[in-house]
Amino acid sequence: MAEAAEKTAIPTQLPDAGGHFGVFGGRFVSETLMAALEELEAAWRKYIADETFMARLDSDLEHFVGRPSPLYFAENLTRKMSGAKIVLKREDLNHTGAHKVNNTVGQALLAQAMGKQRVIAETGAGQHGVATATVAARLGMKCVVYMGSEDVKRQSVNVFRMKLLGAEVVSVEAGSKTLKDALNEAMRDWVTNVDDTFYVLGTVAGPHPYPAMVRDFNAVVGREARRQMLDEYGKLPEALVACVGGGSNAIGLFHPFIDDTDVAMFGVEAAGRGLSGHEHAASLCAGRIGVLHGSRTYLLDDDAGQIIDTHSVSAGLDYPGVGPEHAWLKDSGRAQYVGIDDEEALAAFHELTRSEGIMPALESAHAIAYGMKLAAERDPDEIVLVNLSGRGDKDINTVAELEGMTL
Amino acid sequence: MNRIDARFEQLRRTHRRALIPYVTAGYPGPDATVPVLHAAVEAGADLLEVGMPFSDVMADGPVIQEACARALEQGTGLDQVLAMVAEFRRRDADTPIILMGYANPIERRGVARFCEEAAAAGVDGLLIVDCPADEAADMRAELARRDLHQIFLVAPTTTDARLKRAAELAGGFLYYVTIKGVTGAANLDTASLAPAIERIRAAAGVPIAVGFGIRTPEHAAAAAESADAVVIGSALVERLGRADSAAAAVETARDYLAPIRQAMDNTASSQNDVVSA
Repeated sequence: MAEAAEKTAIPTQLPDAGGHFGVFGGRFVSETLMAALEELEAAWRKYIADETFMARLDSDLEHFVGRPSPLYFAENLTRKMSGAKIVLKREDLNHTGAHKVNNTVGQALLAQAMGKQRVIAETGAGQHGVATATVAARLGMKCVVYMGSEDVKRQSVNVFRMKLLGAEVVSVEAGSKTLKDALNEAMRDWVTNVDDTFYVLGTVAGPHPYPAMVRDFNAVVGREARRQMLDEYGKLPEALVACVGGGSNAIGLFHPFIDDTDVAMFGVEAAGRGLSGHEHAASLCAGRIGVLHGSRTYLLDDDAGQIIDTHSVSAGLDYPGVGPEHAWLKDSGRAQYVGIDDEEALAAFHELTRSEGIMPALESAHAIAYGMKLAAERDPDEIVLVNLSGRGDKDINTVAELEGMTL
Repeated sequence: MNRIDARFEQLRRTHRRALIPYVTAGYPGPDATVPVLHAAVEAGADLLEVGMPFSDVMADGPVIQEACARALEQGTGLDQVLAMVAEFRRRDADTPIILMGYANPIERRGVARFCEEAAAAGVDGLLIVDCPADEAADMRAELARRDLHQIFLVAPTTTDARLKRAAELAGGFLYYVTIKGVTGAANLDTASLAPAIERIRAAAGVPIAVGFGIRTPEHAAAAAESADAVVIGSALVERLGRADSAAAAVETARDYLAPIRQAMDNTASSQNDVVSA
């Protein structure tokens, strides 16, 4: 391997001791979960300061996940846009095909260190479920994955992968039958089985310490990318682009660049069928501040405060809330959040596939679409670094169906 | 004096344990709620918990999830819940009402405005499931200004430090969640109840209610041996869901609650007064 995997170091200025990023975040859960969250926070703080634990994590990231993931200069796409250089951070090359495994490797090691024999997870697109089932198989843990029944239908390949890995997949019929309902159900399982169960939450949302912990496990993406930019291009990029559902791949890329104020940050939300209506999942672009899934953040609700059903062509972005650190980055002005609709994302899916031979996940295709737009507006000596957070194999049935084909 | 405090004072004097039924507002239909609340009082309820429907009831099991979803489909939001309380108050000036729900609908309305409207409607306390003491400073101030109580939960997993804090902040009573789980999840483990109540009583000067998993007169009687109040939620809501009219719901509530009241009274009459002053 040309370079060693990035050594995990934990940057933490925010959140505060109560898990707040400014007015966002916190711990809005029933008392029944508070002790479990306190136990988790204590274990996380203990083990991220433990050299043996961190050496094991770094070794797993190198040998099991395949880190570091390379930067790739998308030369053909750059030529087409005739603007800034488009560089991709290749999280799609990770074991299991997305950035999600960075977090599940970390949390599963933590679960093992805490002596928990059973892990549970929620999943939308199925990537986090697969990543959790994968590490559970390796560590010999029982694994239960909650998935909205709508998502079970549109991500049947990932459902089968989870089952092959030995996980039990529970189809959730409540509410909108998507990611938010899977998260509710996972929380209910956790509160019931709190003694022997570790909840591997898949994004930077939820109650403290999840937003900070999941960020720390994904920040390897940004740390690597920052060093690779300096090594390979001799400078930092002018802009970072990443898709945002709950926001874990975006925070992973953004966080190590927060103090580099010359680097612009763009989070790309799912604009679905357009931000003017309700058929989207863009809580930062079109939502309001409220309380959902354990933290104060931007979310999509009606005037009565009921959470509304969201829509995106990509199951992984189809979520009515967002991680509280993104809410803070938005209000502080450090990052900007934009929307890409279903059609633009599909077009970008095809464009990257045909021009570079890289098939992106539909989630990541949102970032690609905005990265192309942004590059076209920028000078050729600038660099737009796009997080290619996952690969598109899981989405071929969805794409075929949308385009009227039967496989 | 807040009606909750007045009621517990009265119960203490009469050596009676409180029965607190929970109903989801607007379930099984919007016309059922007020008659069911009156029927519950007639069947022996001392305080009432009224659930405010929410789309994402993370701490509730399938029965209350379903009740909330159906109540929302039929248009029961905060305005309707408050109107139901006001209507109930026209015939019952004394029975305390605690609204139970989740933070987001209240935040959307505005905490101050909601507290004002709740007080005006005749509400006596709020139990916001996803707003523990740690995040409750704003709400506590708004409630205190109007002599409304914020009811806090204590769980089997609650640490001594958290119990101490809850005891300091508690208004009205502390609600002990008897099981690890969501509402309606399992049956009461009566053996573990007494020591748990003793632990809370040692820390807190307010009455202690127990809930989650209490479904039968036997459970209620066992809980009433150590606790000051017994909450019946999912088991009642489940039965109300089978009622096909408001009249049937009234009958269901009365038939279900009366034997529970009787079992509690039989227990209490053989006990010394353990209710905290």
